[in-house]
Formats: sequence, structure tokens, C-alpha cells
Amino acid sequence: MTQQTNGDIVSAWYDLFSRGARDWLRHNEKVRDAVREHLPEVVAGADVLSRGTSTVRVPVRMLEHYRFRLRSPDEAAGVGQGAAKPGDQIAPPGDPASGSGQGAGGDDDGGIRFMLEFQVDDIVDWLWEEMQLPNLVNRSGGARDDEWTREGWDRRGPRSRLDRRRSLKESVKRQAAQADGPGFTNDDLRFRQLSRREQPATRAVVFLVLDVSASMSEESRKLAKTFFFWAVQGLRRQYRHLEIVFVAHTTQAWEFPEEEFFQVTGSGGTFMSAAIGKVREIINERYSAARHNLYLFYASDGENSPSDNDAAETGLDGLLGDLQYAGFLEVGSADGPSPSSDIGQLFLRLAGEGRAVGAFRAGGPADIWAAVRHFFGSEHAAA
Amino acid sequence: MAEGWRTHLQQLETLARGQGLDYLPVEFEAVPDSLMMEIAIYGLPVRMPHWSFGVRYIYRLVQHRLGLSRLFEVVFPGNPGRAYLARNNSDAENLLVVAHVLGHADFSSNNLLFRRSASQVGEHIVEQAAAHARQIAAAIEEHGAERVEAVLDAALALEQHVNVDAPLRRPRYATEAVKPGTGSADPFLQRFRALGPDVAAPSRDMRAAARAPVPPHPERDLLWFMAHYAPELEPWERDIFLAVREESFYFYPVFACQIMNEGWASYWHARLLREATFLPQGVYVDAIKCHSDVVRPTATGDRVALDINPYHIGFCLWERIIARQGLEAARTAMRQDDDFAFIRGHLDAELAEELQLFRYKGKPKGPYQVQEADLDALHEAILAPKFGFGAPTVAADRVRVDGTLELVHDHVTDGRGLDAERSSRVLDYLVKVWRRPITLATVNAEGGAFEISAAPA
Repeated sequence: MTQQTNGDIVSAWYDLFSRGARDWLRHNEKVRDAVREHLPEVVAGADVLSRGTSTVRVPVRMLEHYRFRLRSPDEAAGVGQGAAKPGDQIAPPGDPASGSGQGAGGDDDGGIRFMLEFQVDDIVDWLWEEMQLPNLVNRSGGARDDEWTREGWDRRGPRSRLDRRRSLKESVKRQAAQADGPGFTNDDLRFRQLSRREQPATRAVVFLVLDVSASMSEESRKLAKTFFFWAVQGLRRQYRHLEIVFVAHTTQAWEFPEEEFFQVTGSGGTFMSAAIGKVREIINERYSAARHNLYLFYASDGENSPSDNDAAETGLDGLLGDLQYAGFLEVGSADGPSPSSDIGQLFLRLAGEGRAVGAFRAGGPADIWAAVRHFFGSEHAAA
Repeated sequence: MAEGWRTHLQQLETLARGQGLDYLPVEFEAVPDSLMMEIAIYGLPVRMPHWSFGVRYIYRLVQHRLGLSRLFEVVFPGNPGRAYLARNNSDAENLLVVAHVLGHADFSSNNLLFRRSASQVGEHIVEQAAAHARQIAAAIEEHGAERVEAVLDAALALEQHVNVDAPLRRPRYATEAVKPGTGSADPFLQRFRALGPDVAAPSRDMRAAARAPVPPHPERDLLWFMAHYAPELEPWERDIFLAVREESFYFYPVFACQIMNEGWASYWHARLLREATFLPQGVYVDAIKCHSDVVRPTATGDRVALDINPYHIGFCLWERIIARQGLEAARTAMRQDDDFAFIRGHLDAELAEELQLFRYKGKPKGPYQVQEADLDALHEAILAPKFGFGAPTVAADRVRVDGTLELVHDHVTDGRGLDAERSSRVLDYLVKVWRRPITLATVNAEGGAFEISAAPA
């Protein structure tokens, strides 16, 4: 039994443990598993890009524990109570969701929806496992990071690298041998040594290039945005330091901070060469290809100005030497996974020549996963 | 306010016994609201874990927060019976609840359905359910949560599909008693077989026995049938099925006597409080206020409601029976009836009119049309949700040679076919336990034959 002291209740087992809560958590776990199975569809629709969150909120319905039930009747019938005469018309109550106090949960329509939060990192991990995507592989040889690392000790060195613990140990050892030696001598001191080692680069830079010309609709931009988000997540899974550079272009190209990037709209035609020039410029300025893994994803409807096609091809060709991988996502309403636009054809041609490029067409949110799979699963990206 | 209601408990019990209530002892315990809610959801204070209870829990919690539902008492018949009261209710409310519980205790100690269930299931359901929960926890420990959950998914989906007319512990079908190898040369086995009536017809032709159909007749008790005839069912899985079935046997009288039982308890709490001269005036007034909330009709004044309050109907019926025929006749009815007999036998046209009960019909989204007064149709409409434990009539019809289980739905009795989507999901649960294909014959919306099937993965 319980006792009461000053209004505080000294607990019985049921104050500490709730079966209902336990089973509710189990239910949520099951929902998570179910969502996980349909992850691509679920997250493609979710608004994942709201800034500053590492979680995705997915609306879900409660699971129903199914039982045999009769199909819904063509005619409602029942017993009511109150002042009604035969022949009276009664409107059904407006909101069936409130239910009767007695009913077990699981009304067909009145189901409560609730939001489940998923860690973006978890989702990406699941997806990569699920899709069995190979991780993008570092460029062999090329990208290296030279960093000073600690390596061993020496008797000489600058004061700032004095290892006090190690020095004290040396002193203790020496005093154990020398019965009446001094507390510390210079010989006891140990200094940490640094050395320069070559390490594979764990830095990556991804250029997200978006066509914001007049022909790109709001919907296309949203599609591009979702694709960029997941592409970046995929890269982030691999690289400790991932820098993202946002470039938008019409006939000219500009670099934007992330907050503004997706809001940008432009007018006028499309010069892909402008974007490529801008990327080239940024690489030269800030990122050496030897020290970084460079990726480029370009989203556009692919309607490049015909006059720019040659310049674009030359520019891209030059850029590819420095890039780990370049992907082109054609956003548009046409069907099929193969791009048909000028730029799309250009990427396909280069891919055919064995260059590290890929191209894919996404008509709607449902295609985003196919696109991610295409780019991350492609041989070149993996090779 | 530390359990002030307890001070009057003894007096109330003496009064109740003096009024002719005849019940097994009841133990009372005041518990927090949260536990009350869980007891109501699980149906038992300690019950097996399953995620579907979690869903109900959240629905209840939401309703509770919105102030839509309030629980006063939960009582489990047995020897002793166990009653749980909400610790946060006032003393007046809890006194009413105590009197109400005594009414329930009287009902469950005397009503035939309850007594039959008690003789089958035993008088300690609370402890038995806790033992089941423990046994299932042990199974989870040994076989993993996933596998146990799959079995519980199937067993709980069939919760209502039991045959309470057959005994809880049923022998297997007679044809199965003859097993191949009866003609064994082992002298001990021969003598053993010669012993007993539990060996059916030793001279029967073996091959004919092997081909004898299983089940010999359509079997409504799906929990029992699957527990005993599922190929490759493991013993611990069978135990889970039988545990669920035992609890269903316990729940059946509660379900089948709801109107009577609640009415009887409401009648007695009103009467006991009225005659409890030892109660302070204030407490009495508060308790009676609470009483009138409980037995309030769903619609008052000029209003109209599309459902009924079983407490109200039951209460009014008992009041009238006792007023017109006396307490003895009422006690006889209480002992012998269930809701079907009770409503059909005692709800007459006069009372139906007085209570303003009516039938309605209409398109699913309304508007509904109030129907002409027709007493028989009214009875059946009130009782319609209670037939067959509230579940469609599905029976096991045949097991094919390859182990495929054929289920049939009696759509003639139920009036229409099964919900295809849900039924197919139920079959998905079941194949995981049956481990062979299962088919289910029912009818579609047009009344044409329609088959749902599932095969193990």
C-alpha cells in the first residue's frame, strides 16, 4: 500500500512503471521500422531543409492492430435516445473522432496523427545500407592532408611542448636508482615531438550549382533543393570536413550563402559556362585540388543557350580534371531517367567517354532517391 | 483525506449483506488515475505486453487530458474480488464506488455466466493474468521480442474468436486420438491402450482415421483450434494462444452482461447510499450527485442522442423489475439472464417509450431517419453489437492435405462480408503462426463469393 507524507506519495510500483507507456514506446518503435521501410518516399515528401535542425519530422498514423471486421455497412443503423418521433431526421454528430468513451482505440477515420522525429544522420545511414550504396571513394593518390601529428618524445624542445607527466615519471625512475639524487634534473625533462605525415584528405568541398534562370519553376527549384540536401548528407557521411559552396547562375554566376541560395530567382537565359567559370575561380582562390576532394552537383532544366554550348563543354572538360565527380540532375516534367537536354547530352557523352560524371533526370520528388542511387551508386563515383 | 471512505466500508458491507447481497469478499485498493486508466485499457491490472495496448493507452490519455473520460472504478470478480478506486476521487465519490462495487460483487458471485466462467477460469484471474504476463516475459527473454510479438499479434487478433459454450479445457477431436503406430509391438503400450476410455476404437482402420477431416465440423474457437492443430507450433507459442484464450473466457461474461451488471451495481449503490443512515449528510448529497451523472441518459430534455448509456438503461430496468415484481424476482433474473435474455425479457414497449429509445437508419453519412416503434426490432438493435463476442462469425472449415487452412465467414448470419483489407492483414498475422497458407471465404460488396488468402513468407 502507499503512504502519504506531506502530500508526497511514497511510491508503489505503479508510480514508477507504466505498462501503457512501455507498450506505447514499443508501438513507436514499430512505426519507426515501418517508416524506415518506406523511407525514400516518406522523406522525399518531408520538408527537410528547414535550417538548423538535424532531425526530420515525419507525420505518421497510429498503427492498427487488425481484427476481423465486417465491411462498412451501406446503411447506418442503431439505437438512440431522446425526444424524437418516428420520421424525424437526425444529422449525425459532426466529429466522429471524439468517439465514445468506451471504444477501444483504432477508429478507422478518427485516427490520431502524430509526428515522429528522425535524426538525419540515422536516415542517411539507413538509406545507404538499404540502397547498398558504395561510399564515394577518395581520389587515389591525389588529395593529401599534411598535418603535424604528435610522435614520440625528445629530451630537448620548446617549453610549450613539455610533457609534465612523462617528465615526472622519468624523475621517479631516476630517483629509484639514485638514492639521494636531486628532485628534477634537465635530463628528466621530456618534450613531445611533432612530425609531418601525409594523410589521405578527409576534407571535401561540394559545389552545388543551381540554374535560377527564368525557365526554372518554383517546383523545379524545390526538387533541386531536396536532391542537394540528400546528396550533401551522403557526402557528409564520409567526410569529416565538408564545405559546401553554393553557386547560382543565369547568364552570369554568383556565390551565395546557404540561407539565400534557394530563395534566389533570376531572369534571363542560361549560360552554363558562367557557372563553370565561377567554380573554376573559387577553386583557384580557395581550394587546391591536391588537398581537397572536390564534387560538383548541378541542377538545371538543362535548357542551355545554344550559343553557350561549346563554351560550356570546354569549361566542363577543363574542370573535370580537378573534380572527383560531377553530377547533373535534370529537373523537368519529362518522363524517364535519361536526360534529353543539351547539357544532359553533354554529361552523358562525357560519361560515355569514361569520365567521372553522371546525369539523371528527376520529374518529381519520388525520383529523388533514384537520382541519389544513380549518382552514389555509379561506378565512377565509386572507382 | 487519506482514504476516508474506508471508515464507512465495514458499515456499508453490513448494510449490503442485510439487504440480501450475497457476495465473495472484495479487496479494495486506491490507486492513482494513471494506473486506473491502464487497468481499464488492459482489462486486467497486470497483463501481457503488446503494442496495441499502447495505442489504446494514448487514445485514452488524450481523452483523459481533454476531460472526456473519467474512470471511477474497476472491479475483478474472484475470490476475493479485487476493486481498484481512483485515489484522486473525493471520499463521497469513492463511497459511491464502494457501494457500486458491492453490487458488482453480488452480481458476479451469483450470475450463472460469471459462475461458469469462474469455474472454468478459476477465481484468481488477476493473479493468473499476471502469471501469463510473466510467462510471456520469459518467452521474450528466450525467443526474442520479435517472435513473441508475432504470436501475440495473431493471438490477440483472435481474442474474440472463442467458443465459450465449449469448456475451457477441451480435448482434441476424437479422430486424432488414434495415431499411426497404434499397432506397436511394445507390450507396455499394448496394455496401456487396453486400459482406457481415452483410447478411441482401437480396431478402427488406420487409413480411414488418418483421412478423417480436421476439424470434423466448422470450428468457431479459432484460438483453440490454432493452438492444437497448427502444424509446427512450438509449445511456448501454444501457451501464449491458450493464455489469451483463458483471458477471453474471463472477459466474456463481463461483455455479455454489461447492461445488466452495470444496471445492477448502479441500482445497489443508489439504494445502499439511500439507506446508509450513518453517512454524513454532505457526503450523501455529493455521492448522489455523482450517481445521477453516472446513470444519466445520453440525451435529456429536447435533445437527441445517437447512442445509449448502458448504465442508464440497466438502472431503469432493474428499478422497474424490483418495483413491480419484487426483489426476489429480480434476483432470479440476475442469476439466470445475460443481456440478451434481460433486454428481450424485460424491456417492454412502455419502458422503451418512457426511456425515449428509438431506432434510426440512414446513409452512413446521414441524415438518419427515426424508425417506427417496433419493440422486437429495438431489442435486436440494442443487442446487435453483442452477438458473437462482438466479432464476425469466422470458423475454421478444413485443413487440406498440404496443411492449408480454410476459414469461412458466415456472411449469412452477419449480414454482410468482411472488410477485405483488414481481414487480409489478420491472415498475415495468422500465417506466421500457422506456417502454411490460409484462405478465408467471404462475400464482397455485391454478395459474390470472395476469397482472401495469405501464404507464409
